[in-house]
Amino acid sequence: MWLWFSKLGSPKWFYELTTKWLPWLVVFMAVSMTVGLVWALLFVPEDYQQGFTNRIFYVHVPVASISLASFPLMAVAGVITMVWKMKLADMVAKCAAPIGAWFTAVALITGAVWGQPTWGTWWVWDARLTSLLLQFFLLIGVIALRSAIESPDAAAKACALLAVVGAINVPIIKYSVEWWNTLHQPATDLTMNENGANGPEIWVPLLIMIAAVYCFFAVSLILATRNEILMRERRSQWVMDIVAKAKV
Amino acid sequence: MKPHRRKKLTIIAFIATGLSVAIGLSLYALSNNIDLFFTPTQVAAGEVATGQRIRIGGMVKEGSVVRNEESLHVEFIATDYNNDLQVRYDGILPDLFREGQGVVAEGMVADGVFQASRVLAKHDENYMSVEVKAAMDAAEKDRADAVPAGESNGS
Repeated sequence: MWLWFSKLGSPKWFYELTTKWLPWLVVFMAVSMTVGLVWALLFVPEDYQQGFTNRIFYVHVPVASISLASFPLMAVAGVITMVWKMKLADMVAKCAAPIGAWFTAVALITGAVWGQPTWGTWWVWDARLTSLLLQFFLLIGVIALRSAIESPDAAAKACALLAVVGAINVPIIKYSVEWWNTLHQPATDLTMNENGANGPEIWVPLLIMIAAVYCFFAVSLILATRNEILMRERRSQWVMDIVAKAKV
Repeated sequence: MKPHRRKKLTIIAFIATGLSVAIGLSLYALSNNIDLFFTPTQVAAGEVATGQRIRIGGMVKEGSVVRNEESLHVEFIATDYNNDLQVRYDGILPDLFREGQGVVAEGMVADGVFQASRVLAKHDENYMSVEVKAAMDAAEKDRADAVPAGESNGS
């Protein structure tokens, strides 16, 4: 049972597998992103209250959702780093931090841009907004911690521990809108249809945008991890072979 | 799994669980401070000192909004369907301020009336297109017309 696990941890195996699959993922991302953006930004019907401001929702929700997933991803990679000392897990964790920070920033900014016309304010210190801002600072902290420690092994361990501890914030962000009263609305239940709200004309483009943004995150993470692999394994034979081939 | 790895995993699990419990308990203890606003019921129960700057939240009661025609002065009732709270405000209301929709107001309670210095609209989690809303309103009107007057109670 541990064979596939150790294979999965081999940077070379990851590099070769992603070389094969990356083009397909990019094509799927490009198609779903184009369809999703055109549909969401040009054709989604006007909301009965917000007017066309509701179109921000089609960027904000997918981005916020994947930014929440980036921290558990780092935490899982961190546990693997600490327990099994797998090199690939630390490379993924290192690359996920800045990407997650960007997604969190975009979620905060699109939320503020939506909040101004809808609520009447860019920012309010409610539980949802504050806890997501905390996640942004935690991600900046992980990046800073990584560059502050010189030894790569020590940096990997410190960041892994911070990721595990910081991941406790994720359920707080997710359930903040239910545990406390906030200005931010609770998550929309897309299966609930009896009152006529949130019908297919609302959720189908959202689903496409979620698929597109998740793929965008995956592609960014894979590309960054591949660079990290080449950088860290630059003295191994198989990387030298790739570099030699590329030079010809 | 090798013993030293099992040990490490146990330590990490302990740290994570311990911290989660600690953070969970502190958040629970602080929940009054984390809540963004007081409800009209909390205000009615006297949980708020007069003259203290707070936020209150609730629904704008249907038919309660009274606007002054010569100034920006507006009065409305915020309700959580158990208790009502009269709100007074001099200022520009957000575009989404509507009767029957959520509202959060900043200000203080004086003589049982909430004097707001800022009003924010709260959006709920339901999104609907203009057409669907119009169709639903029409359907509701049809249902209401179909029931003859005097037979509508108890339905």
